[in-house]
Amino acid sequence: MNRALLRNPVTIGIIALAALIVLASTFFIVPETQQVVVLRFEQPVRTINAWKAHQAFGNTGAGLKWRIPFVDRLVWVDKRILDVDYDNQQVLSSDQLRLEVDAYARFRVVDPLKMVITAGGESGVTEALRPLLGTAIRNELGKHPFATLLTPERDQLMDNIQAGLQRLASQYGVEVVDVRIKHADLPDGSPLQKTLQRMATARQLQATTIRAEGAKQAQIIRADAQAQAAHIFADAFNQDPKFYDFYRAMQSYQHTFGADGDTQTPHGTTQVILSPDNAYLKQFEGK
Amino acid sequence: MLLPLRLRQGLKSFMNDKSKGPWGASDDDKKDDGPPNPWTVPPAGRPRGKPTALDEWIKRARSGGGGGNGGGHFTLPRGPGGRSLWLIGIAILVIAWIGFTSIHAIGPQERGVTTFFGRYVTTLGPGIHVTFPAPINRVIAVDTQNIRTDDFPNGGGENLMLTGDQNIIDLAYSVRWNVSNAQDYEFQIADPRSTVRATAESAMREVIANVDLDDAMGPGRTTIEQDVQQRMQQILDSYHSGVLIQGVAIKQADPPAQVNDAFKDVTAAQQDAVAAKNKAQAFAQQVIAQAQGEAAQFDRLYQQYKLAPEVTKRRMYYETMEAVLARTNKVIVDVPGARPYIQIPGAKPLPNPDDGNDNVQVTAPAPAPSNGGGQ
Repeated sequence: MNRALLRNPVTIGIIALAALIVLASTFFIVPETQQVVVLRFEQPVRTINAWKAHQAFGNTGAGLKWRIPFVDRLVWVDKRILDVDYDNQQVLSSDQLRLEVDAYARFRVVDPLKMVITAGGESGVTEALRPLLGTAIRNELGKHPFATLLTPERDQLMDNIQAGLQRLASQYGVEVVDVRIKHADLPDGSPLQKTLQRMATARQLQATTIRAEGAKQAQIIRADAQAQAAHIFADAFNQDPKFYDFYRAMQSYQHTFGADGDTQTPHGTTQVILSPDNAYLKQFEGK
Repeated sequence: MLLPLRLRQGLKSFMNDKSKGPWGASDDDKKDDGPPNPWTVPPAGRPRGKPTALDEWIKRARSGGGGGNGGGHFTLPRGPGGRSLWLIGIAILVIAWIGFTSIHAIGPQERGVTTFFGRYVTTLGPGIHVTFPAPINRVIAVDTQNIRTDDFPNGGGENLMLTGDQNIIDLAYSVRWNVSNAQDYEFQIADPRSTVRATAESAMREVIANVDLDDAMGPGRTTIEQDVQQRMQQILDSYHSGVLIQGVAIKQADPPAQVNDAFKDVTAAQQDAVAAKNKAQAFAQQVIAQAQGEAAQFDRLYQQYKLAPEVTKRRMYYETMEAVLARTNKVIVDVPGARPYIQIPGAKPLPNPDDGNDNVQVTAPAPAPSNGGGQ
């Protein structure tokens, strides 16, 4: 009967299933992207595939690993570079300007054991780092005027924030790879409007200046032309000022009395009273 | 061919166990000399050919663990055919699984990052590759050649940034990147795409914060693009991200919409200034040409005048007078001391000071007061 029971496929199936469960809970695959903390009865005993600097893929601790089933518990920790964001927070600069800052920190868990003990897990450490990043940013930006962010010193500032965050984050077994400020902008509403207004007025100033400069140059060009014309006239007429006087008078009469065919300028009618002594009439008397 | 045959036999016998099947096996059973119909069960005790191991196993299983179909202990159909079905199904699944997970077609633009029980082994180039099935070997195909484009801002809208001179610019740009190192890309960074985006934003703002607004809108664009690309590459390399920035392109660099009018007015002002200068130039040309013309006219005449001054002068005088007087009304007063009555056209009689007509300009002196001491 015992043999028969052993032959029973149901029994075989159950045994196979049990074996599978034991196998599956003994062996596990650690990929390159994960590190593992093994807890034996909730006591951390060892880490697998923990991060080490300058380790080439393939030589890490990743691979097929085993544990004591049902006794060892695994805590998985991401081995890759993770990020924590600090979004749209208001920060006061040293010149009392309110800034809207958007920043992020890239970090890596380099001591998974420490991290698991202090933060419990991956989401825990992100939650713990977020306020620390905020503190580091506020501390650093509070020491500098806003304009510093708009200079090459911005780099130095971000390095300082990183150093500040690293000091606070070391207790979590975390290495801060980079801290970067994405935005540091004037908040919406009044400060932004004021800046836009300043920009607009600056441009209006520019436009007015350009127009005035144009008008000035136009005037100079005209004056130059007139001066040149006067020079030309003077050169010509200076040859004989007396003749010029006569010549110009003749021209002037013709124009004034409407004899030069100019129909554009309105002319009044003219009545002339001549005395016989007039030079024009001097032949009148037959002298 | 063996397994399917057994399957069919098993199927048939399973159906025959319950009732006579729709194909009615009885007719075929009687024909002994014909070719064996694969759809029928060979008569018991007359095995066709040598019994295979599987046959044996099925037989044993039927007698041993079956417990009879009518036993009522099991509700599952547990005929030997049913068990074979399960086995075959599982076998097909396993074969399919092995087929799918051990044969990898890596396209020309891809690289296959291969792991052995999770540990990185190698990166496969393009082609068909055979590996152990999962979970022993896993191959992650990473598209390395395809150049990805990320647009900022994502999906339109304003993207305001502060420039070095504390102005605000609305900037739209795109970043093109591809994967330079498939295993780094796969293993180093949790979310490579968002990392590239965040890096681009940070680098662009950093570079823009160090240039003036006018530079950013105009001549500085190429430099900015290069700086951002360089900066991004530097940051991403420090993450060992395996990402290569192919290029950064500023698509649009405008002042914010609210102040755009003021900026356009500057352009308009520049045009206005040029227009004013052009007009002045035209005027200048005209004035100078006219002066030159008149001077030339005088010169020509003067040359002639010098040859015969008296005659020329006289002639000019008479010609002018002729032209002038021909068009005017003339009165010649011959008698000395005569006072002509001159009618001034358009002149009106002196208005009565009482009629209050203020429109008429009167130059005549007002009547002197009678008791005034002027006379």
